Amino acid sequence: MNANARRARVVWNGQVHDAMEAFDNPGQGLLQLDSGLRLRQGDVQWLPPLRPVARPRTILALGLNYADHAKELAFKPPTEPLAFLKGEGSLIGHDAHTLRPAGVAFMHYECELAVVVGRTARRVRPEDALDFVGGYTVANDYAIRDFLENWYRPNLRVKNRDTCTPLGPWFVPAAAVPDPQALALRTTVNGTVTQQGHTRDMIFGVADLIAHFSGFMTLEPGDLILTGTPDGVVNVQPGDVVVTEIEGIGALRNTLVDRLSANPTAHHPAQP
Amino acid sequence: MHDPRPALTALPLLPTGTVYGVLMNFPGELAALGESAHQPPYQSPPRAPVLYIKPANTFRTAGSSVTVPAELEAVEVGATVALVLGSGGHVAALRLLADLSEPHGNHFRPPVKARCRDGFLVVGAAVAVDSAPRPDDCVLTLTVDGQPVQNTRFDALVRPPAALLADVTEFMTLHSGDHLMLGCDRPVPLARPGQRVELSCPGLPTLAFTLTRETA
Repeated sequence: MNANARRARVVWNGQVHDAMEAFDNPGQGLLQLDSGLRLRQGDVQWLPPLRPVARPRTILALGLNYADHAKELAFKPPTEPLAFLKGEGSLIGHDAHTLRPAGVAFMHYECELAVVVGRTARRVRPEDALDFVGGYTVANDYAIRDFLENWYRPNLRVKNRDTCTPLGPWFVPAAAVPDPQALALRTTVNGTVTQQGHTRDMIFGVADLIAHFSGFMTLEPGDLILTGTPDGVVNVQPGDVVVTEIEGIGALRNTLVDRLSANPTAHHPAQP
Repeated sequence: MHDPRPALTALPLLPTGTVYGVLMNFPGELAALGESAHQPPYQSPPRAPVLYIKPANTFRTAGSSVTVPAELEAVEVGATVALVLGSGGHVAALRLLADLSEPHGNHFRPPVKARCRDGFLVVGAAVAVDSAPRPDDCVLTLTVDGQPVQNTRFDALVRPPAALLADVTEFMTLHSGDHLMLGCDRPVPLARPGQRVELSCPGLPTLAFTLTRETA
């Protein structure tokens, strides 16, 4: 057992399982269930890599938290974090399908470092804040800009849609990520790189965000902070395969569809 | 015979799902903004429901003492009713809620800090729908230190309960345990530390709480 191993939550053979990446061959596509059974990663259905929590999970997300993205959207960088909340119902796992509704003109992905809170945080100082991180994962915080309105913007119809927040594949323990501001991000659409960035360019880093939010609300284990996305969001279409990837954290794959079919994993043959 | 109605005590004291609130569901809210709803930053009145989320750190049971942050003189007390979702997208129950917020006049950005302080949602006991009044028929009375400060009726909403539910679930599923609040009429009354607030409605359990000043 490797305490730094990347962990997953999967459905296999009619049960939900906690699992981890087979630590003796990371990146080789093997998954080890807690029972010890080894499976190919393509043979399971992936859930968001989060353990259940007793109370509704708080999901905070950031807008305009990379200076280049703020510029891309023609906004001045904010002087305090621009935050919004999401419901847990919008989350889906790795290798799942996201609905692009008929008739919309501009739907884009957003590759984001997701922070999973590890212990109760209230009025935490920035210098202590990383001690409150349980781990990290990757989020793709899709937005449909057609539905943007200037009331509580970004409004929930843009940001809180069913299937529109893929999360995963891995939960990476904080101990395995010494510096969350030293990670490269990139997104590919059908294999072509469309977004590149680096967490050093966040306006408010992970420690600042935990200090900020815990200054007025208590964060509990399992709560999430999606830390915003850099420059390079482009329109995506049904059939596109979008991979949002963060160095050392994981590569989260998602397929756009124009309707949700019965078997979301059918498009992806088992990995070698 | 089996009685399919859940007993009052069988319903959880606090929400087990996500709690959604809605702005601008009372005609007076938009009317109060006048021409400014057509000007920057809004540009035009809202088309879809203007929604927000109350996270779990805000939840408190009726009877609680809610701490008001030291920097706030008073808090807004939004009086409302929530539809509590059951399985299959059906409304299973109704409950009163006191939706607290820091007074804020700008609706351009999500008011996370203003609405999400610890304890800023006091939750009344839930009542199964077939034992509760129809949400449209609810008449809420809010008192502060025993003085009536507001009556709220839900029979002339911008989106009546069924329409609100339809417009919200058009893009997101409400799961069992999720709550959809029906809105708070304006002007939203203020209450200060040391005061006792009571929210009542015929057919629903009364919800009371006190506000206390945060001590350093």
